[in-house]
Amino acid sequence: MKTNEIILAIETSCDETAAAVVKGGTELLSNVVATQMDIHQKFGGVVPEIASRHHIEQITLVIEQALDEAGMTMEDIDAVAVTEGPGLVGALLIGVNAAKSLAYAHDIPLIGVHHIAGHIYANRLEQEFRFPLLSLVVSGGHTELIYMRDHGDYEVIGETRDDAAGEAYDKVAKALALPYPGGPVIDRLAQDGDDLYNFPRAWLEKDSYDFSFSGLKTAVINKLNQLKQKDEEYRIEDLAASFQNSVIEVLVEKTYKATMDLDVKQLIVAGGVSANKGLRQALQDRFKHTDVELMIPPLYLCTDNAAMIGAAASIEYHKQHYKDLKLNANPGLMLG
Amino acid sequence: MNVLCIDTSNQPMSIAVYKENELAGEITINIKRNHSIQLMPNIEHLMQQANLKPKDLDQMVVADGPGSFTGIRIGMTTAKTMAWTLNIPIKTVSSLKLIGASLLYQNGLVCPFFDARRGNVYTGLYRVLEGEINTIEDDCNIDMASWLTQVKDIDEKIFFISPNGENFKELIEQELGEKAVYVEQPFQLPRASLLWKMSQSNEESPIHLVKPNYHRKTEAENNWLKQNGEGSHDERG
Ligand SMILES: [Zn+2]
Repeated sequence: MKTNEIILAIETSCDETAAAVVKGGTELLSNVVATQMDIHQKFGGVVPEIASRHHIEQITLVIEQALDEAGMTMEDIDAVAVTEGPGLVGALLIGVNAAKSLAYAHDIPLIGVHHIAGHIYANRLEQEFRFPLLSLVVSGGHTELIYMRDHGDYEVIGETRDDAAGEAYDKVAKALALPYPGGPVIDRLAQDGDDLYNFPRAWLEKDSYDFSFSGLKTAVINKLNQLKQKDEEYRIEDLAASFQNSVIEVLVEKTYKATMDLDVKQLIVAGGVSANKGLRQALQDRFKHTDVELMIPPLYLCTDNAAMIGAAASIEYHKQHYKDLKLNANPGLMLG
Repeated sequence: MNVLCIDTSNQPMSIAVYKENELAGEITINIKRNHSIQLMPNIEHLMQQANLKPKDLDQMVVADGPGSFTGIRIGMTTAKTMAWTLNIPIKTVSSLKLIGASLLYQNGLVCPFFDARRGNVYTGLYRVLEGEINTIEDDCNIDMASWLTQVKDIDEKIFFISPNGENFKELIEQELGEKAVYVEQPFQLPRASLLWKMSQSNEESPIHLVKPNYHRKTEAENNWLKQNGEGSHDERG
């Protein structure tokens, strides 16, 4: 078993066709992402069948580019890794079948990776992990607090009971008639707004690390309708700031409490919403005077990419957790 | 030449391997199973039987649709990725023509079709003559009633052949009467071994650009066109 193994990783779980080459789980040799964002924009969201159609057109191009940029050929690759779930089934299938073809053609190990494990491990390309650690995963499909005692050991201690944080952003953005994807737009508007409306914070039960954002989303939409009905003047920036403050306060406080309760060494923030400026700032402020080391990935590692899949796969490679050629896409895959 | 042929465009999965130009083996499975789980292990098994390694392959041939969108993509992703990584050519053949080729030595008109639900089919019209099959009407996505009206006036026997066409059997016989021959099992199943012969007159496909022939836009695109006018810029052709 090599210690500095070279892994070719593939990620096609949603609307990015991505491939990357990662050395030893920590060194990024190439990272290619073909995004379909502009294609889905006119439909106001990701259309699964269209995503799959684009993945199959991009897949070999993206893999070739990843190898080229790493200065490698398939002969240099020790294992192929792929996101097996969760995600859109038709989209996942392209990556999974391409990965199986490569593993079979070159007789090398095949590794299946959980998409969220990938988001967490994106951080290891920047800095080594120290256990125990806590990870806050926030994206369009996920809001989870994951406790890790060791590499590859995941315990979900909190999750959303309804909408994911990113989903709430998208729905509120839609109600405010903002362009897709709405998350970054709300974040930008919120920078110029004030929290005038003091929307509810869903703390749930006292000891729960779970989240809930659907009540907040409804409160924002009701407030907007009310303002319109009464013909009152309002600034969309203030609505955005009020919504964002509510989301961030709950995310940050629950995360803070968990890091204290569990006495972790590091807090890793992962997933697309970790690109949110307001969230980054609030976390930095909250953890400034603590012993918890805050790790937030650079922007290009926050959104979906294959480098993170390669980083997470390295752990499975060293445990020889290989998959056989029956590997299938698993849209509802559980973590841990 | 060592050639691997794949068809997963509908419920049946068929793969074939040629070794030094001879058909070494073929697997056809007509059971509702997941192609994504079944395809690669069966390829491995068949290649082992033929005592071939992936690097011994000289060409890939794949049925490129129409059929189930997901099914076509599983076969195509596999064929395309293998062709790319082994640096060998890939050729494609219509999934309908492949079904029609089951009757390669039965001279006459052949109408292969797949159930596309809600009364629609993917179909085309082919002529078989002395071991050759040629297109008469291009593959298309159409409602079966209109298609039958179109072919009804042809003054010749037509062989209707489909792996999933039971729902239309009655309609075909009702519309065409004596002129229709409904092909029964097991001749209605695709045989991947026929793909190589079918592909011989076709050009090689550029590996990165090869993609399925869906013969149907997505629902989202159709709705968008409806709202924005048919004359709007067509995304994917
Ligand atoms: Zn993601």
